[in-house]
Amino acid sequence: MNLRAVTSIYQFEMARAGRTLLQSLVSPVLSTSLYFVVFGAAIGSRIQEVEGVSYGAFIVPGLIMLMLLTQSVSNASFGIFFPKFTGTIYEVMSAPISYLEIVLGYVGAAASKSIILGLIILGTSTFFVDLHIQHPFMMVLFLVLTAVTFSLLGFIIGIWADGFEKLQLVPLLVITPLTFLGGSFYSIDMLPPFWQAVTLANPVVYLVSGFRWSFFGISDVSVIASLLMVAVFLAVSLAVVSWIFRTGFRLRP
Amino acid sequence: MSQQTPAISPSSASQTAQGTEPSPVIAVSALAKRYDSGFEALKRIDLDIRRGEIFALLGPNGAGKTTLISIICGLVNATAGKVLVDGHDNVTDYRAARAKIGLVPQELTSDAFETVWNTVRFSRGLFGKRPDNSHIERVLKSLSLWEKRSNKLIQLSGGMKRRVLIAKALAHEPQILFLDEPTAGVDVELRRDMWEVVRELRASGVTIILTTHYIEEAEEMADRIGVINRGEIVLVKEKRELMRQLGRKQLTLHLQKPLASVPPALSHYPLTLAEDGSVLIYTYDAASEPATDSGEHVSISKLLNDIEDAGIRFKDLHTEQSSLEDIFVNLVRERQ
Repeated sequence: MNLRAVTSIYQFEMARAGRTLLQSLVSPVLSTSLYFVVFGAAIGSRIQEVEGVSYGAFIVPGLIMLMLLTQSVSNASFGIFFPKFTGTIYEVMSAPISYLEIVLGYVGAAASKSIILGLIILGTSTFFVDLHIQHPFMMVLFLVLTAVTFSLLGFIIGIWADGFEKLQLVPLLVITPLTFLGGSFYSIDMLPPFWQAVTLANPVVYLVSGFRWSFFGISDVSVIASLLMVAVFLAVSLAVVSWIFRTGFRLRP
Repeated sequence: MSQQTPAISPSSASQTAQGTEPSPVIAVSALAKRYDSGFEALKRIDLDIRRGEIFALLGPNGAGKTTLISIICGLVNATAGKVLVDGHDNVTDYRAARAKIGLVPQELTSDAFETVWNTVRFSRGLFGKRPDNSHIERVLKSLSLWEKRSNKLIQLSGGMKRRVLIAKALAHEPQILFLDEPTAGVDVELRRDMWEVVRELRASGVTIILTTHYIEEAEEMADRIGVINRGEIVLVKEKRELMRQLGRKQLTLHLQKPLASVPPALSHYPLTLAEDGSVLIYTYDAASEPATDSGEHVSISKLLNDIEDAGIRFKDLHTEQSSLEDIFVNLVRERQ
């Protein structure tokens, strides 16, 4: 294992975030605060408690998930797309490192960034609402697994994309709608029965539900189903990544 | 192709030159590459690179130079064939193989917002070497980059960026350095500096393989020259031997009085008249001329005597040898 290479890529990627601190940190914190002002204070004051939890607190896990998914995908996809775009990827491909090590470096950094971000949003939310996390261990598990899984997805998108448009396509057309419709801001019990059934086909529902359960002990679907869904996501992403590396797809012609 | 076969076998050449053959630092055998588009970039290439030499790979655009380098360095997968880098297979034992190679790519690619120091340090880490600031300092100083170490790459000129790429390639102390068109777009002064750097590297035992469009560069630096065209190695030869064998020499005599035609007494020489008969040109193969101990060509002194005897007086003379560029152009043209 070329650990020095993994560390080098990891540090390089983390430093990139450091250089763009405003974009990678301040902007998500600001947008989270805006969500709290709009959903928590303005709308939330008119919505009754959801399953015994104040609406402001109820949306915290959903909000963190929303940021976690979008930031993981965008961080990881950009991290590998950019060197491909500028051509600096040649150095990584000519270095004595395995594919696994490349993934550990890039995906590890992207996941770390989103986890840090998730924790910052969690911290920010305590300024607005009272929070008590019932299952902290499971909360961290969901946080880490989701960050890793969606960073892998981002990595795949970054390799697949051959232009900036494609890079934005999946996050914009798939991730964001699925997250918004995935019960980030509402309990799916609030929906009519037909839409409840449709919503269950949205994988993000399981992530948000499981994550919310770790906070409040309430969930739309069972925690086991949520964990299984994360595991399936992770397995599929890993399978695709290993296929990419086996065939050299868009990296090693 | 067949008549060239003996000439393209570098191993046989080195055997005759050195008796026992040291193992090549890079051994390429039957290497082929066919891209998905169906384009055959390399057609079963065999090539050995000797330890410690400067090898220049020449060829027109699209000949397969970059593909060959890319396969050796691990950027492109070969369709068939094998590459051994210091005895390590570059696919099955890629870690050992790649660790020995430094690559300076043709394109000026860089992480615009990184500093020179950080980007070179990153390269060393990527190759799994423990951090060594003194080595990086040496590399940066040898490339006149030390003063610029805190500059972001975006602030550097093209020539300086090229040096940074060389510094990155040298960060992990490679035994073999690939320079893909190292001086493309670099001004004359910087080009000479870079040649100096390459010579110093060679002196320190690094094997250097460079591709170039500037024949002048190969002529100036290379120990051996390989010509690649349409995915095939057309020729591999010692530079001196190549220039001697393929180089045409020309003797030009500026006459005191113009001639209407070449006198019959001189008709057995390949002489031509130019510039309305005021210039007499004699073309010959440098290699085929028997030379005396002093290196003078016997037939030239004889020719000059015969010209004297024929009563022709000349006011000036000069000889010129065809450059590698002429040789190269002729070679590629012959095969097209």
